[in-house]
This record gives sequence, structure tokens and C-alpha cells, in this order.
Amino acid sequence: MSALTPGFRGGRRTVSDRVPPGQYLTEGFPVLSAGPTPVVDTGEWSFTVVNEVGERVSWDWAAFSRLPHESPTVDIHCVTRWSKLDTTWRGVSVDTLLAEVATAADFAVVHSVDGYTANVPLQDLTDGQAWVVTGYEGAPLAAEHGGPARFLVPHLYFWKSAKWVSGITLHDEDQPGFWERAGYHDYGDPWLEQRYQSGW
Amino acid sequence: MTVWQQARLVERLRETDSAVTLVFEPEEWSGHLAGQHADIRLTADDGYQAVRSYSLAGPVEEGRVVFTVQRVLGGEVSTYLCDDLPVGAYVEVRGPVGGWFVWRGTDTRPVMLLAGGSGIVPLQAMVRQRRALGSRVPFRLLYSVRTPEDVIYADELARPEGGVDVAVRYTREAPPGARRAPRRLGLVDLNTHGWPAEFEPMCFVCGPNGFVEAAANMLITLGHDRHRIKTERFG
Repeated sequence: MSALTPGFRGGRRTVSDRVPPGQYLTEGFPVLSAGPTPVVDTGEWSFTVVNEVGERVSWDWAAFSRLPHESPTVDIHCVTRWSKLDTTWRGVSVDTLLAEVATAADFAVVHSVDGYTANVPLQDLTDGQAWVVTGYEGAPLAAEHGGPARFLVPHLYFWKSAKWVSGITLHDEDQPGFWERAGYHDYGDPWLEQRYQSGW
Repeated sequence: MTVWQQARLVERLRETDSAVTLVFEPEEWSGHLAGQHADIRLTADDGYQAVRSYSLAGPVEEGRVVFTVQRVLGGEVSTYLCDDLPVGAYVEVRGPVGGWFVWRGTDTRPVMLLAGGSGIVPLQAMVRQRRALGSRVPFRLLYSVRTPEDVIYADELARPEGGVDVAVRYTREAPPGARRAPRRLGLVDLNTHGWPAEFEPMCFVCGPNGFVEAAANMLITLGHDRHRIKTERFG
């Protein structure tokens, strides 16, 4: 008999070794956003990469659509404790986007049209680890899930996969993003349960 | 921030058929901001643990922290907390969490609170924080709820303090004699009970995603700056 929570038996024992500690599986796709869902017109959308010395390269929707696309199937893990396995997306590898800019930066900040930001070490965005996606499960990405385009960096907690993305800036120094300034972990590895800023 | 600590359940209050307020006494609590939440961890006899985040329902009082938990169908943590956890027993808590969906007493803008269902909890925490501070910042709370029986904090909302306007709107069943037929919150409701956009209020919207999506979009339609609209969604 545990001294804690007498009689608690729990329901959903996690059955997969693909689910990180403290997470539970969901079949749904919960929506979590800090503000209203922006209306982003693909006719006005563009994606811009700015390197650490201010050089920039941009793609409008048509140019972005012509880039080589991939269809990654990945597991995603939200810091609010749901995980979802085998989600399939369609988009452009960040490797493809970064190939157009020279950089020796160590850090990246992902930017959204609504001012949201998320910081990620650059080495976590290369070698097939991250995408800018415009499709989900065979359909255009819905606005509430970040459409027309969101970030996808599935090996980190999902707040790093910013919705409504507009670009990436590259930096020599780490710069905390939106949730990172509000108490969440700078890096966010779900397997190490890096949910909150150090101390937890 | 703190680590996991044990917290004893000292009081349980029924709010509605599906919502319960739980008062815990943690070993120590450093305090929190109105709108923040905290993690509750349950441990089964076989060592299995489950953690969920719940909104704190008001400021710390005499070292006690208050949660209001809505029972989720099939929810392993919420059903245990709502139905089974005995007074005097312990859970583990950790927090507070979240530095974005918060109202600080130092902000003097008018405040617009839009609650859907159990989304009332962090918003009422802001009303209670205002009260605890003796703040005179003008608040308006618009609460959309299914039926009169589903109103959480009904007694408290029926007698708001000066400077806090409360309007409850029903989506499925209105009280006898109500002039407004039950329906979802609309622009008319926001126009009648919200602050005009020119007042530049800080807007907090909390509830199920469909409610939050609709309410936040209505605020945009009415001219509110999206940077003054903070949302918290569940489900």
C-alpha cells in the first residue's frame, strides 16, 4: 500500500517503448496555441532564412512548392504530456533550405507570423531532423495546426515545432524563444523530460 | 521553481456534477501568478505514475493551494481526483508552471475574461487575485456554459465585487425566464458584455479549443489587437 494516493490504480499503462517518460498516447490531435489562430494567405506567405551576418534568402509560396518535398512519418511529443505515433507530414527538409545560405552559426530561432519564436541548436535542424511542412496526413495543413506552414522538429518537445512559420534566423549565441522565456526548457528533449527551466 | 513535494488534501468542495474543488496543503509553496497551473502526480501501488497539469484556482491562502478539476470521461487522473482521493491523503505537486497566460496585478489595462466551460478556473483565479490585491483594475468576465447546473463558482459569480462585471451565457439550456435563447457565444454577447477595442483591454480566453478559436476570432473581428489576446486551450 503506497503512502501516496491510496487506491489509485491508473488506466493507461504505456505499451510502447516509443513513448517517452511521463507521456501518454493520444489518438486525437490536441491544439495548443498562445493566441488567436492567424489567417495566413499563401499569396502573401514567404519563408526567409537570415544568417548570422544578415544575408537572407526567401521563398514565396510558389517557389517553396517547387522545392524537393519529403513525407516524413514521425512520432510527436507535446510537453503537456500527449504523444502521437506515426504522424505523416509533407514538406521541405531544413537541409534543403539551409543549403542556400553560408553559415557557421551554432543556434537558430524559428519565427512565426504572429511573433512566436522557438530556439533550437542548429545541429538539431540538419541531417534530416527537421522540416517546414505544409501537409498533414495527405491534406493541406489546417490553420489551427499551423497551416499553411509549420515547423517540424519531432525529436524535441512539440512547442519547438512552431506553427505559422515565416522563417529561421541563425545566431552565434543562443536566444531563448517565446516559451523558453516563460519557464520552459531551453532544449526540450522528451526522452530526458526536459520540460521546464533548470531546477526541475 | 521547485521539485516534487507531497501535498495533503485538506478539503473537497463539490462545484458541479462533474467539477470538484480540491484544497491541498503542500510542504511549502513559493507562490504563483494568477492563471498559472501546476502538475499533480499520482502513484499506484505497482509504481505506475500519472501526471497532469491543472489550473490553480486562486492565490495561496495560509499555505494552501486550490485546484478545480473537471472530470474527463475515462480520464485516469481526473476521475481519481474527483471521485476517490480521500481527504487527508497525499498527492505530489510541482509548480507553478507557465509564465504566459497570467495576469499580474501591476498591469493596469482593463481585463476581459472569456471562459468556456471549465476554462473558468484560471480566469476566476485572476478575479480572486484582483480581490486579494485590493486592485481596482476593471474586469469583465463573460462565461459560456452549457446549462445553469454546469456553472462552476456559481455563488461567487452571483455576487461579484465592485469593478468586476460578470455575465453568464448558456449554450444548451437557459434558466427559467431567461430572455436569451440558449446558443453559442456570439458577437452580440461580446459587444454587450465585453470592453470596446478602443479601451485596449488585455483579453484572456480559456476553454475547449472550439470555444477558444471562435471567441478569439470574434475579438479580432471586433478590432482587438491580437497581441493583447492570450489563449489557453484544452481538449
